[in-house]
Amino acid sequence: MKRSITRLLMAPSVILLLIWMIVPLSMTIYFSTIRFNLLYPGQNNFVGWMNFEFFITDPGFMPAVLNTLILLISVLIITVVLGVALSALIDKPFFGQGIVRVLLISPFFIMPTVNALIWKNMMMNPVYGVFAWISQSLGLEPIDWLSDFPLMSVIIMVSWQWLPFAILVFVTALQSQDTEQKEAAQMDGANGWHIFRYLTIPHLARPIAVVVMIETIFLLAIFAEIFVSTGGGPGYDSTNLAYLIYNQALLQYDVGVASAGGLFAVILANIVAFFLIRAVGKNLTV
Amino acid sequence: MMTLNQQRKFKTFVTGAFAWLIALLLFFPIFWMFITSFKTELQAISVPPSLFFEPTLDNFGIVQERSDYLKHALNSVVTSFGSTLIALLIGVPAAYAMAFNPTKKTKDILLWMLSTKMLPAVGVLVPIYILSRDYGLLDSRTGLVIIFTLMNLPIIIWMLFSYFKDLPKEILEAARMDGASPWDEIVKVVLPLSIGGISSTALLSIILCWNEAFWSLNLTASEAAPLTAMIASYSSPEGLFWAKLSAASTLACAPIVIFGWFCQKQLVQGLTFGAVK
Repeated sequence: MKRSITRLLMAPSVILLLIWMIVPLSMTIYFSTIRFNLLYPGQNNFVGWMNFEFFITDPGFMPAVLNTLILLISVLIITVVLGVALSALIDKPFFGQGIVRVLLISPFFIMPTVNALIWKNMMMNPVYGVFAWISQSLGLEPIDWLSDFPLMSVIIMVSWQWLPFAILVFVTALQSQDTEQKEAAQMDGANGWHIFRYLTIPHLARPIAVVVMIETIFLLAIFAEIFVSTGGGPGYDSTNLAYLIYNQALLQYDVGVASAGGLFAVILANIVAFFLIRAVGKNLTV
Repeated sequence: MMTLNQQRKFKTFVTGAFAWLIALLLFFPIFWMFITSFKTELQAISVPPSLFFEPTLDNFGIVQERSDYLKHALNSVVTSFGSTLIALLIGVPAAYAMAFNPTKKTKDILLWMLSTKMLPAVGVLVPIYILSRDYGLLDSRTGLVIIFTLMNLPIIIWMLFSYFKDLPKEILEAARMDGASPWDEIVKVVLPLSIGGISSTALLSIILCWNEAFWSLNLTASEAAPLTAMIASYSSPEGLFWAKLSAASTLACAPIVIFGWFCQKQLVQGLTFGAVK
C-alpha cells in the first residue's frame, strides 16, 4: 500500500481529532486570561493570571483535587481486585454460569444518572432505603449515607458501574488462558492459589493495564453521579474537579474562572496520563 | 471421608453457589428498580419493603404522559446509533491504514488520539457550549451526534486497530498478488474477517453513547434530550415519587440492557483491546 493512500485513509480521523482538540482548547486558554462573567457582558478585559489565582484559592479547590484522586484510585483498586477475583471465580463451568455472567455485567448497561438515582433513593435513603431496613432489622442505627459518607457513596455507585466492565475484559482474557499449562501445573502438585498467583495473574497483566487506562479516562471525568446524587455536598465533601468547574461556569456564570479550572483539569489529566502510560504503557500493544 | 471426585463436585458446588450469591447481590439494585416500577407510591416507600403486591402499570403511563418517553427514546436511538455509524465510517479506514501500513509514527499517532480522550470534558465545556450556540446546534440531535462521534472516535480506532493487527497478513498478501485494489482489500477481505471485532466495537460505542450524561445534560434541553437527560429531570422535584422514578428509569435502561444481554457473547469475545495474545 502506498504512503499516499495510507495518509488519505487516516486524514479524516486525524484532522477531525485535531480540530476537536485544538479549537476548544485554544478558546479555553483565551477565556482563562480574560474577565468573562455572563452576568457582566461586555467587560472582557485581559486579566492575566487572575482567573487561575481565583480558581486555586477557591475553598473548594483542594478538596476537589483530593476527591478526584481518591475517587480515581479507590475505584481502580476496587474494580481491578474484585474484577480479577470474580472473573476467576466464574471462569470454570458451574450451574447457571451464563446467567451469572449476564447478571454480573448488567450494571455496566445502566446509565450513570439512573445508577445514582437508584442508589440515592432506594438503596441509601436513611428512612425508606433497603440499607436502612437491613440496619434496622439487625438492630442498628440506619446510616445516612449521602450526608455522612458522601464520597464513599459516590465511590460505591461508580464502582458498581465499572466493576462489570473489568469483569467483561478479564473474562475475555481468561478465555484465552492456556488450559494445558494449568493442567500441567496441577499434575506437578500446584494448588488453586498457586495457579491463580503464578499463571492467571501474569496472564492478566495486559488486560489489567487496559482496564486501568480506559477507566482512568472515564473516572477523571465523573460528573453525572455527583450531579444527581450528592450535588457535590455536603460542603465540598463529594465535589470533584469536574463538578467544581461545572459549578463555576454554569451556576456562578464565571466563564473565565471556569476556563482556568478547565485548564487545570487538563493538566492534572496529563500528569495522571503521563504516569499511567509509563506504568502500564509497556503492557499495551500499540 | 469424601472421595476425590466427591470433593471436586463439592468444590464446584461451593464456587457456583458463591458466584450466584455475588451475582444476585450486584444485580439487586436493578431488580429492585424493576420491581418498584410496578408498585404504587405508597408500596414503594413502605418499611419493611413489600415483595408481594398487586402489580400496577399506571406508572409507565404517567411517565409517557409527563415527559414523552418515546420522544427521548428516539433521541437516544438516533444519537447513539448515528454517531457510532459515522465514527466507524471514519475510524475503520484509519485503523486499517495504521494496522497494515505501520510506520515509526503509528504508535505516537495512536497514543495522541487516545490522549484527546484524556482531555476532561469540563475543560472544554464552555467553548463547546458557545460554539454549539453560535452554530445553532444547542439542543439538537445533530450537535449531539457530532460530539458523540468525536468523543468515541479514539477508542473506536484503538479497538479496531488491535483487531486488524491480529489478522493474518498472508491472506492480504495473497489478495494483493491476485491484483486486488486497496478498496477490494478492505471490502472483500478485511471486513468479512473482522466483522466480529467491528461489531463488538460498535456495541461498546453504542452503550457508551446511550449512557453518556455530561454532554447530553449540558447541551440539550427538551427537544433533543436523550433518556439520560430525561431521567435527570426526575432527580430532585420528584424525590419521593419512587414508583414513577423507577418506571422512568426502567424504561430508560431497558432497551440498552436487553440489547446488551443479547449481544453479551459478542461483547465478551471482542473486548480484548489487543491485550490478549
